[in-house]
Amino acid sequence: MSDAALLAALERDLPAYARSLGIAIDSIEGGSPVLVVPFGEIVEGRPTVFHGGATSGLLENAGYAALRAALAREGRQQRLKPINVTVQFLSAAKSRATYARGRVLRLGRRNAHIEVEAWQDDRARPVATAVMNVLMAPADA
Amino acid sequence: MTSDLPPFDPDAAAALMLRHGHPGWLGMHYVAHGPDWVELALPWREDLVGETGSGILATGPIVSLMDMASGMAIWTATGEFRAIATLDLRVDYMRPARKGAAVNGRAECYRLTRSAAFVRGLAHDGDPEDPVAHVAGVFMAIGGAR
Repeated sequence: MSDAALLAALERDLPAYARSLGIAIDSIEGGSPVLVVPFGEIVEGRPTVFHGGATSGLLENAGYAALRAALAREGRQQRLKPINVTVQFLSAAKSRATYARGRVLRLGRRNAHIEVEAWQDDRARPVATAVMNVLMAPADA
Repeated sequence: MTSDLPPFDPDAAAALMLRHGHPGWLGMHYVAHGPDWVELALPWREDLVGETGSGILATGPIVSLMDMASGMAIWTATGEFRAIATLDLRVDYMRPARKGAAVNGRAECYRLTRSAAFVRGLAHDGDPEDPVAHVAGVFMAIGGAR
């Protein structure tokens, strides 16, 4: 699958919640999607700062997008069910776009483990990170 | 730090804090509180579902709900509003919420140190004995220890 086709497919798979929050697929880097969410009132917690819940929403969606991309590479179609997520907040995400990209560290038959980083201006200084465990069920289950 | 302000009242504060920004967009509202806990609710909405057509609330809004309930539990436990930042938040998803169901989030601040606050909580869609998610988190005071 070309990067453009993967981007389009992942954009289609974004859940209603992600679209409502303003999340989009920004680009594909090394086969893995970078997600972006603009700053605005709907993501704001303290004035001019992202709400931790909005940042978590971006991280989770970046994790799922990374997993869908990895499954697509293997030609697998599966339903994804969350097991858990742990988010670390490293610094306040300010009033500009936030990006996130996930890495699938383990892709098993039934479960996957994903690490996600979110950043703003400087990719080397993430504003938040997450680790996620996801259960994979047959697409028809 | 002493203050002449009346103690933090989550019921009254919710009317202001949950009106704007991210919590306002999600439509969170106050349900109940105790000395060290606060329960908020998140109404169901079609544009917040996690899988198109499933009718089930996404996990993202549940994290937001628990983060907000945790912060309010900390202010309720300390009796004062001060800037705090979430350091670490873990959410274990027991099961999906029921289709079309609102989700309640109850967080308890079970330990306070000079600069850290420890919280635990659960999200449920009607029966707290059958939770949707369990949560544990650590928050830090912004601007130094009290």
